[in-house]
Amino acid sequence: MNAMEKPALSGQDRQAPLVRLERAGVSSGGRWLVRGVDLSVSPGEIVTLIGPNGSGKSTSAKMALGILKPSEGKAERKPGLKVGYVPQKLLVDWTLPLTVRRFMALTVKLPDARILAALERTGAAHLMRAEVRHLSGGELQRVLLARAIAVSPDLLVLDEPVQGVDYSGEIAIYELISRLRTEIGCGVLMISHDLHLVMAATDQVICLNGHVCCRGTPLVVSQSPAFLELFGHRAGAGIAVYQHNHDHVHLPDGRVRHADGTVSEDCAGEHCDAPHDHADQAHDHCAHLDQGHSHAHGESCGQGHSHDHSHHGHSRDQSGAPVKETADAR
Amino acid sequence: MLDDFFTRAILAGLGVAIVAGPLGCFIVWRRMAYFGDTLSHGALLGVALSLLMQVNTTLTVFVVSSALAVLLLLLRRQGTLSSDALLGLLSHSALAIGLVCLAFMTWVRIDLLGLLFGDILAVNRQDLLLIYGGGVLVLALLAWIWRPLFAATVNPDLAAAEGIKPERVNLVFTLLLAGVIAIAMKVVGVLLITALLIIPAASARRLSSGPEMMAVIASLLGCVAVVAGLFGSLKWDSPSGPSIVVAAMGIFIVSLAPWERLLAKRDFKRSTNP
Repeated sequence: MNAMEKPALSGQDRQAPLVRLERAGVSSGGRWLVRGVDLSVSPGEIVTLIGPNGSGKSTSAKMALGILKPSEGKAERKPGLKVGYVPQKLLVDWTLPLTVRRFMALTVKLPDARILAALERTGAAHLMRAEVRHLSGGELQRVLLARAIAVSPDLLVLDEPVQGVDYSGEIAIYELISRLRTEIGCGVLMISHDLHLVMAATDQVICLNGHVCCRGTPLVVSQSPAFLELFGHRAGAGIAVYQHNHDHVHLPDGRVRHADGTVSEDCAGEHCDAPHDHADQAHDHCAHLDQGHSHAHGESCGQGHSHDHSHHGHSRDQSGAPVKETADAR
Repeated sequence: MLDDFFTRAILAGLGVAIVAGPLGCFIVWRRMAYFGDTLSHGALLGVALSLLMQVNTTLTVFVVSSALAVLLLLLRRQGTLSSDALLGLLSHSALAIGLVCLAFMTWVRIDLLGLLFGDILAVNRQDLLLIYGGGVLVLALLAWIWRPLFAATVNPDLAAAEGIKPERVNLVFTLLLAGVIAIAMKVVGVLLITALLIIPAASARRLSSGPEMMAVIASLLGCVAVVAGLFGSLKWDSPSGPSIVVAAMGIFIVSLAPWERLLAKRDFKRSTNP
């Protein structure tokens, strides 16, 4: 991509991409897991892969990381690239005595101060001495993220970094990720189910469904017909939160199709000034939930309780929208 | 001091136990117990071949076990049979071929029981040199690959993403395992090597809070098992190799009962006043 011609995004000079896939694909057992993926991540850039289950998000990320060799096309990484990786799953067997502190130094030796600082950033410092297999889903995600950033990586690869994290924690983590790219200037390749929250933080969204079905800035993607085809009409699934915002679709001839499938001449007052308002809405949402978060803290009750609070806030906000996947995962 | 057969036996046993501890931990963590079994059964084939070709036994055992390990990795990559079926197939085929070969060599008189269950009381100075020389080499190599190997054990993808080559460290680990089998064969015999690798490591689990600690404790418990087993075999005139394994089993049982409750109490304390 023409990264050089683009204006600098966060005051930083755009450099050569950290990682680049060119028409890359992986086949396994005669089936293409994913094909023809083009992507590149430059320093300070956040690229998000979205797509339904089995659409090749993790596979693409693994190609970029060099875990999987592409069966066709090319995968290039900058020589000497320092990577921090948050895998989608991490199971620690009972036979493995592994504390968070030891886990943090899994691939490189790290001084304690650095470990603690990284854990503090993700709000997991109190877990330093806990056993990894005793962590809850959300705690594990925070620890995984802390471990990935502890080495000051050039490239962060996050495979669903907020699965199982409570809603306010999700926002905090996305904020942390976008702060990190300015602070340490790392590129971020992220996999997410939830375009809604990622929107504010990401520079480029690549929507996968066995191939790249659309790409661009979050707003461009969210309005792309291919994206809506993939996500827009599915009820109750992961991106349902997103669908909630797009309860009507502007058809090419100027008419409007509503969520229930009916078509009318206009959207009768429910219209919003498309791109801008969407982003705003997302921010509104965050602010509101942050409130819920601090409220829960103020009560100084047990953690489980505060989770509940933000959770309630969340489902209330969705005004009847199905509870999203991350919440279910807990 | 080394003139006494019993002293030599104890020294040999201690040497093997110290090396077996950390490697045994990895076998337990990686769920490779049956893999270790397969390699050690292949050792019998190694003995038969060494007698047939008149070459150094330890070296032949190491080569045959390594070859078996590589063959296994290749077959597994083909993905035709499941891992455990492959292991069973190779393990018992190697054992059977070894036994058949030995039976054909009518000119060789060999103590089959000694091969299967060990002959620690017959350890000579040369064997001791081999155990300690080889043992130091194995431990040094293991220390060298410790962090990457452990990372690849916890999560191969994560390790690979962050610059570790899991396949390479796995291969080195497999070769180290073959090495330990070659030097431990004389002490506990091919059928019981896996026990000496696994049981101390399993006993160490409940007593450890970190992987490095578990490796050290496994070595120590192995040493206790060797000393207890050998003295037991001296006192009750029981076969020495199996006695060592029985002692290790005893330690495992002891490690089960009281420690669980103690650890639970400590955990409880930690969670109530952080």
